Amino acid sequence: MAEEFEPNILGILCNWCTYAGADLAGTSRMQYPPNVRVIRIMCTGRLDPAFVLKALSVGADGVLVSGCHIGDCHYLAGNFKSRRRVALLRKLIEEYGYDRERLRMTMISASEGAIWAEVVQDMVNTIKKLGPNPLKQAVAAGQEGVAADDEF
Amino acid sequence: MDEEKRIGVFVCHCGTNIAGVIDVKALAEYAKTLPNVAYAEDYTYVCSTPGQTMIRDAIKEHNLNGTVVAACSPRLHEPTFRKATEEGGVNQFLFSMANIREQNTWVHMEEPEKAMQKAKDVVRMEVARASMLEPLTAKTVPVEKAALVIGAGIAGIQASLELADAGIKTYLVEKEPSIGGMMSRLDKTFPTLDCSQCILTPKMVDVERNPNIELMTYSEVEDVSGYIGNFDVTIRQKSRYVYEDKCNGCGKCQEVCPVSRPNEFDLGLQPRKAAYVPFPQAVPLKFTIDMDSCIKCDLCKTQEACGDLEAIDFDKPDELVTVKVGTIIVATGFDMYDVERKEEWGYKVFDNVVTGLEMERLISASGPTGGNVIRPSDGQKPKSVGFVLCAGSRDQDEEDGAKPYCSRVCCMYSLKHAHQLIEKIPGCVPYLFYMDIRSFGKAYEEFYYRIQNEGGKFIRGRVSRITEDPITKNLTVTAEDTLLGQLLEMELDMVVLANAVVPAESTQKIKTLLTLSNSPDGFLLEAHPKLNPMSTTTDGVFLAGMCQGPRDIPDVVSHAAAAAAAASIPIHRGSVTLEPIFAIVDQEHCGGCATCIGLCPYGATELNEVDGKLVASVNEAKCKGCGTCGSGCPSGAIKMQHFTNEQIMSEIEAFAQGW
Repeated sequence: MAEEFEPNILGILCNWCTYAGADLAGTSRMQYPPNVRVIRIMCTGRLDPAFVLKALSVGADGVLVSGCHIGDCHYLAGNFKSRRRVALLRKLIEEYGYDRERLRMTMISASEGAIWAEVVQDMVNTIKKLGPNPLKQAVAAGQEGVAADDEF
Repeated sequence: MDEEKRIGVFVCHCGTNIAGVIDVKALAEYAKTLPNVAYAEDYTYVCSTPGQTMIRDAIKEHNLNGTVVAACSPRLHEPTFRKATEEGGVNQFLFSMANIREQNTWVHMEEPEKAMQKAKDVVRMEVARASMLEPLTAKTVPVEKAALVIGAGIAGIQASLELADAGIKTYLVEKEPSIGGMMSRLDKTFPTLDCSQCILTPKMVDVERNPNIELMTYSEVEDVSGYIGNFDVTIRQKSRYVYEDKCNGCGKCQEVCPVSRPNEFDLGLQPRKAAYVPFPQAVPLKFTIDMDSCIKCDLCKTQEACGDLEAIDFDKPDELVTVKVGTIIVATGFDMYDVERKEEWGYKVFDNVVTGLEMERLISASGPTGGNVIRPSDGQKPKSVGFVLCAGSRDQDEEDGAKPYCSRVCCMYSLKHAHQLIEKIPGCVPYLFYMDIRSFGKAYEEFYYRIQNEGGKFIRGRVSRITEDPITKNLTVTAEDTLLGQLLEMELDMVVLANAVVPAESTQKIKTLLTLSNSPDGFLLEAHPKLNPMSTTTDGVFLAGMCQGPRDIPDVVSHAAAAAAAASIPIHRGSVTLEPIFAIVDQEHCGGCATCIGLCPYGATELNEVDGKLVASVNEAKCKGCGTCGSGCPSGAIKMQHFTNEQIMSEIEAFAQGW
């Protein structure tokens, strides 16, 4: 590739903690890589496993789910459930041929703007090492029909 | 939906905040190319009156049925643009917001091209979402005409009095046996030198007498459920082992009680009995038996003591009381930094090193020494007293648990102590070791000049070490005088550590119960640091006083009054509008598996038999809209309104369409 690979990462953030933390990073003008596109949900408990699978199937290079710290959930325990789901999903996507590091869940509070900036930087570094979504790589390599009959 | 989607996109320049980094005109042009977009425009400040008018006019002129604003965070201006959309004649829930400031131009200033690409992607995603949004009707519910105030220090007292005077039934809950909080421990208040008890006690008495205030001392909030307008609060009234209605406060139980233990109110500087009131002006003046110390000798129950009143009962249990309130004010105050962790200053090792609050008790007329300031080691009056300012504040030493923030009261109370020492002990010289004297309030700087003129000595530098002469118990203080550039060693009779104020331990439980957040300093997070410092992100819950951050008494009182005003608004209005963001069950597809029952933290999902089949339903009033049930439903029968699968999936698809 002529240009350096720039990952496209989907962020799925809860409204009360990480979304607010990411806003704080902005208010504090902390600079971080522009590779994450964010979907705001009220609680990470809303994370349907299908969202992650959908994102990977349409070509996302990584998915970053982030919510409140355990015990700080605005809805008491939504983050417990999403943590559970993400743990399982990481195993599942591995079965599909994706490195589990492509899916990550973090807990970042409304006051941790600096940590959000760090996490994004770290996720971008990780995905850069892993390279583009294997599905995109396969398509690029001209393996027609790969999505239909292969492990994807 | 059958109707053709016609979405308007409004791109905000936000002055140069956005337009200084990305090409907003090109972004608006790009938006025009997106499916379902009928109109797009950019404007300098979309949130301004002309900006909002622009949205309203565009809706009418171009027959729009959905809007997207690309501007700041929806956490800041979503309500503004929803309102403008509604005023334009389109349901407010057909609006979506693209965050291109906080999460774009402010964080990618150095990479304008990539920021532009991200802005396009995010606008595309929000347009896709807006295309899938459904109109919703906000629900209006009545508000209980009562309020709860948690904590009865000066903040809680002030807030309760304001609410009660506004005609609102107020439950004031305090965990200690008496109200008054930290302020009741102070002797005089800076800079006016009003006696703290003299200005506080009348307010405490007002609280007790006000017919609108139901005072619950020695009580703790155990559980909170419900939502703004309709909170159900369970309060544990801990047993005093004394019937409050029978106790007349005569104090005979205290006289006969043989137990002696340190009085927490005086920071252990003098003893109290197991049967006690924390301090003489306590409100309510009802005795409490400290069962952890009581030896059950029954002397207090004898004829000479409580006798015929029969107010004491060692078997009296705790009581759980449930109250219904519309709004809640948190006024849980603060703790003092444990300055023992700073080993270099020898607190609790050297007798004559005390904290600011201990000095407050020593100097107080109602304190253990009756206001005679003496050295703890030998009872002599100190002739030279050092003050270590910023003891744990403005200090980035995380290992010692010190705090980077300014505690905002220590400079001023140390100046006040200096004044009081000069006044009380002829010839006594106070030495203040400071970094900066922060005398920022009304008449504070003037007070600083006054202490300088009275003979207070000011040394700019931090104290690095304190050592003790084992025989005289005098202290040698080592510090650098940074104005003279000299190392300084000084023998002093006594040292006062002006320790930091820190978030209260007891606030943690309340924080969890009310699902509040912390700011980085550990204090409770306000809705907006400048424009809404008395509200929280939980609707109907407000903050008063030090629980939100360090402040002095005038600021606490103002903050508490503001919180009371804010908390009284929904009550006086009589009703609140709730976000219609709750889950609904498609009962035809529901298999009755009950997965959602276990997932809901609020018990909002129920299983009922309908036409001979078990199906789930969601109780709208209990549902808070997290959506956990929707993402767990195996048959996809639960729809989380405003965050439906279709809406989120369309965003994900749009996410991938840019590359």
